[in-house]
This record gives sequence, C-alpha cells and structure tokens, in this order.
Amino acid sequence: MRAVTYLAPRSIEEAVSVLAEHGTMASVLAGGTDVIIQAREGRKLVDVFVDVKNIAETRALAWEEGGLLIGAAVPCAEIYEDSEIASRYPALIDSAALIGGIQIQSRASLGGNLCNASPAGDSIPTLIVLGAIAVIAGASGRRELPVEDFCVAPGRNALQPGEMLVALRLPAPRTNSGAAFERFIPRNEMDIAVCNCAASVVLSADGQRFESGRLAVGAVAPTPLLVADASAALEGQSVSDQTTKAAADRVAAAARPITDMRGSIAQRKHLAAVLATRVINKAVERARGRRA
Amino acid sequence: MKVHVETTINSEPVELLAEPRQSLLEVLRDELGLTGAKEGCNNGNCGACNVILDGRLVNSCCVLAVEVSGKQVVTIEGVAEGETLHPLQQKFLEEAALQCGICTPGFIVAAKALLDREPEADEARVRYWLAGNLCRCTGYDKIVRAVLGAGAEMRNRASNTSNRGRTNGY
Repeated sequence: MRAVTYLAPRSIEEAVSVLAEHGTMASVLAGGTDVIIQAREGRKLVDVFVDVKNIAETRALAWEEGGLLIGAAVPCAEIYEDSEIASRYPALIDSAALIGGIQIQSRASLGGNLCNASPAGDSIPTLIVLGAIAVIAGASGRRELPVEDFCVAPGRNALQPGEMLVALRLPAPRTNSGAAFERFIPRNEMDIAVCNCAASVVLSADGQRFESGRLAVGAVAPTPLLVADASAALEGQSVSDQTTKAAADRVAAAARPITDMRGSIAQRKHLAAVLATRVINKAVERARGRRA
Repeated sequence: MKVHVETTINSEPVELLAEPRQSLLEVLRDELGLTGAKEGCNNGNCGACNVILDGRLVNSCCVLAVEVSGKQVVTIEGVAEGETLHPLQQKFLEEAALQCGICTPGFIVAAKALLDREPEADEARVRYWLAGNLCRCTGYDKIVRAVLGAGAEMRNRASNTSNRGRTNGY
C-alpha cells in the first residue's frame, strides 16, 4: 500500500472537518474489511484514513421510540449477539450473520457494507425493506436519506466529498409485521451473492391479509433495488401462494442482471423469483409469530 | 511517517513504530519477528493470518497496525503455555490435522477463539465457525475432528479442575 496518514478523531465534528480538508483522497475507516484491501490493491486511492471507531456515536446501538439507531461502525457480530435486536429485527440477523466469515463479522459494519455500495451487499436489501434511514454528517450539518437512495452505482454512494455516514435509523417494527433475508451462493458460507433478496410485510390482525409489504433484491442490477410494484402486488391482498407469486414475478421482472463468473442473466432472474417467494413466506411466518 | 503504538501482544506490553499503511500482519511478521501468522491471500478470504484482537477473531491482514494501540492481541505464539501445548495443538498433532501447515496457525487461533467462548461447540458449529479458514491439503475432516477433540479435552479438564477447586490456565 502507498504511504497514508492515519487519523482517529474523537468526534463527528472533528471527523467531518478532516474529511472536508482532504476531500476525495480521504477514506473513512471502520471495519476496514473492504477499504484496507481496496487501498492495498490500488483499487481505491487513499492518502488519509479517518478511523471513526473512536467516536462514541458510530459505535452505539441505541433504542429510540421503539426503533433502533445503529452506529455506522458497529460490527456485525455485536449486532447478531444482541438478543433484543435478534427478537425485534430477525431479518437484520439474517444479513449480519452471513457477511463473510467470523473474522470479517468481528470487524465489518453494516454502515461499511452500505457505503461500499456493492450491488451484492448482503445487508442492503434488508436495510431497504426495514425502511432504514441513513444519517449523514457533513461540514454544513446533518441530512437523512432513505437507504434505497444511498447506492448510486457499483461501488459509488450518495455521500458527497467531506460527508460521512454516522448511523442507520430503523423504525420500530409494526404490530403484525415480519421481515426476512436470503442469499443464494454456490457454497454454504463465505461467498458473494449470485442473487439476494429481502421482504418485509405487515399483515392484518387475523394474519390473513397483507396490509403492506416491501421487497428488495440485490446482485441483479447496478445497485440493490427496491421493487415498488411488488409492494403494490401485496397490498390489500390475501396471504396466498397466488399473491406471493404475483409479487415474486414482479421482483424477477425488475431484475436486470448481467452474466458474469457467478451466474447468468437467466439464472439470476430465476433466483430473484425463488428467493422473493422464500423471503415473503418467511416474513409472513415471522409476522404471524409477532401477532399482537 | 511512523506512528508510535503501545499495545499488548500475548499478554506482554509491546511498543512499536508502524507506518500507517502497514497491516497488523506485516508488523507482526516483519517488525516483531512473530512469523506464526501467515500471509495467504492478504485480502481477508483465507484466515491464515488470524489473530484474536480484544477477544474477537480477526484477519490481521485486514487490520492496520496503528489500530491496535491500547488493545490486546493474541497470536499463535501465545497459545501454548510455555512448553506445554494447548489441547488444540496437541489434538492437531494426534489427528494429523495438517499437511503443509501453512493454514494451521490460523485454524488453531480461530478454533481457540471459538472454544474460549463455546467449549460445547458441536460439529456443525465448528464447521460454520471455521468457514473463513481455507485448507487445501486436509479436506477439513481431520481439522474438525481435532477441534472437537480439543473441545472435549478442555471440558474434561475444566470439570476435573472444578472438582479439585482450582484452575489450570485454560
């Protein structure tokens, strides 16, 4: 790796000030499992690493009004070892527990997975269906952005030079709601998704009808996609194989994958429908389990 | 410019000078002579460089040395108790759980991180936990057998020790 400077600010204000000073040549460092490798392999030009792990706000898990604020640098392992998160947001655990192996989960954060903006990022569809909001800090203050608008191209996100992701804000789970995430890879662990998919649903009090739903799919487009018309296919419909199929077909239709070493266009479109079906069914099961 | 880092490695306080671009793996091997951790892929896929950082298993190739200031690092060199092999090391020998040996330090450190937390880990758990460690020789079965055997040995010692009312260091 070329020579770099290492800074470890203690506050968001200090961090955004050094990020503003160094512009595009500064890189935020959280778990480092992507950016350290990218810098070493010359895929990312970095002059200054700004380690944000000494800032309390990026390391905090905080409950607010029934929702959860996840510091952008909280590692996956701290998320899936938290029993309250596991009971309230099981879909988040689906994602956090399969990103890399144990060694990666010790360091890698959901915030980093989002900022890396891989089309195949395994936390991103889940964050999208859970309605997560990215809390962003910059020299001129803070702004918030829905996660579905955060990734703009492969490896590129909506952060402007000088900005950093501070936290992810998840709304409180609604009564009769459930969510789930699944990924397809050719082995059991430690691989990049050929396709991944997440669903969240809100059911009627009797658990027989979809009040609303959200579906997001990854590795089938330049960015993870929120499939809006799949939501429309669920809303107000009875919980049935037919409804699930209608929504899953719309997920497959929204997929615009490429053929590469991991899979073909046809395989990925097929997987999008299969995974969408599975995650809708699992989300329904979880919603029924949470019925008030 | 080099940065002064004060850290703890295998329970010993260590001061070192590191360039911010250097990984923990580079500094362990090239500056401190702790060559047990191996460079395999150097990109977080193979686990040959595994160390335990503040109680968590990490790839030392994916950590900057300057990040370990004030932290506790355990490497393969800190696993044996003096001349006494750790049960994992003993079982790796007994089960012939290695051929070329390059991946072995990473596997033992990774397995130690597991058994320290979950001495009861079963085969499925061991295989899942070790998914981030690659071995191209053994086909993994002998490694998994060694880890399960070490877990049993450690539980055995712990129950003998608690019967005698003192600890034996594991």
